[in-house]
Amino acid sequence: MARYLSIIDSAYRATIEEQDDTAVWFTHAMKNGGADVSILLRGDAVNYAVTNQNAKGLRFGSRAVKGPDMVRDINAVIAKKIPLFVVADDLAERGIPMSEVLPGVEQIQRGAIAKLIEGHDRILTW
Amino acid sequence: MATITIGIMDPPYESANTPTAFRLVDAALRKGHNVNVFCYEGATALGYAGQKQHPNAVHGASVEEEDHPNPKDWVKELFLLAAEKNVKLIWCNCGLCVDERGVENQVEGACRGSPVDAWKYSEGSDGVLMIGTE
Amino acid sequence: MNQYLMIQSKSPWESREVGHFYALARELRQSGGEVTFFLVQNGVMAARTGANDPGLDQLLGAKVKVLADDFSLRERAIDPESIKNGVSPSPIDQVVDLLAGGAKALFC
Repeated sequence: MARYLSIIDSAYRATIEEQDDTAVWFTHAMKNGGADVSILLRGDAVNYAVTNQNAKGLRFGSRAVKGPDMVRDINAVIAKKIPLFVVADDLAERGIPMSEVLPGVEQIQRGAIAKLIEGHDRILTW
Repeated sequence: MATITIGIMDPPYESANTPTAFRLVDAALRKGHNVNVFCYEGATALGYAGQKQHPNAVHGASVEEEDHPNPKDWVKELFLLAAEKNVKLIWCNCGLCVDERGVENQVEGACRGSPVDAWKYSEGSDGVLMIGTE
Repeated sequence: MNQYLMIQSKSPWESREVGHFYALARELRQSGGEVTFFLVQNGVMAARTGANDPGLDQLLGAKVKVLADDFSLRERAIDPESIKNGVSPSPIDQVVDLLAGGAKALFC
């Protein structure tokens, strides 16, 4: 069985309409089906690992929009034991301190991405 | 002969990734490879049978003259090419993505599946390429 | 030896991610991998002789095979005779061959 690495750098693209991040969701669904998967958040997607995200409160006319719960979804990925990596350099560039990163997320340096890729058989770029 | 799986996400008319993906599938079929295409999110509209051509007043062209591409016809052509080359083309749409977009009416040959199906296609492939979207 | 296929669809002026993608290609090469870097769509804009893209120039110096999609070049009126030394115009079939051969593929 191949080891898959989902590299996600697209962030908040369709999260309101989809009520989740579709790359995180897809990878989680693969895991539910029995796949061996890991996730690397990089670029703006490192923001998915931040606590206190809140997309509630939108309404169009009388229709409330439930919105995504990215904190719930990232915690679910961690609880499912899907290795979740985030690029530390990208957090730092964005001024995101360690104290705002969800527990269970493993930080790696940008220079270590090559080694992470080497250790997986298939790469899914999102 | 190899098997290649390509995942695509972009809806029609929105990204240069789309013709690149079609070019890859076409080239792979011509070389005698089996190809699995998994359409995720907006890409599920590529095979939507309800696409229509239109004229182009800026070009001064009628419907026939403009001959505007509808990607559903490209999908049909790829199935024909696969049959001609005696190789297998699977064009699989993410079912939930189809439902939420209301694009159930697909060209003949398209099927529906889930990320688990995409994973199984990948497991049976020599090469896998995921073309994400912006 | 690990084979990698890295497909770059964006121009370096369009996205900062391109710089990181070039760097990743160099790192995979330095780790002993065989890397083919395929420029397609707006990615080929960096291939013009005289294009100011130090990232691509560094890649060319790093023993990474750099190909430029022949259709994308023509679409943008980039003469294959006027592209940077070390970049080779290529049909998209090369991508298919690498995928069929089991290369790990990344798309940016």
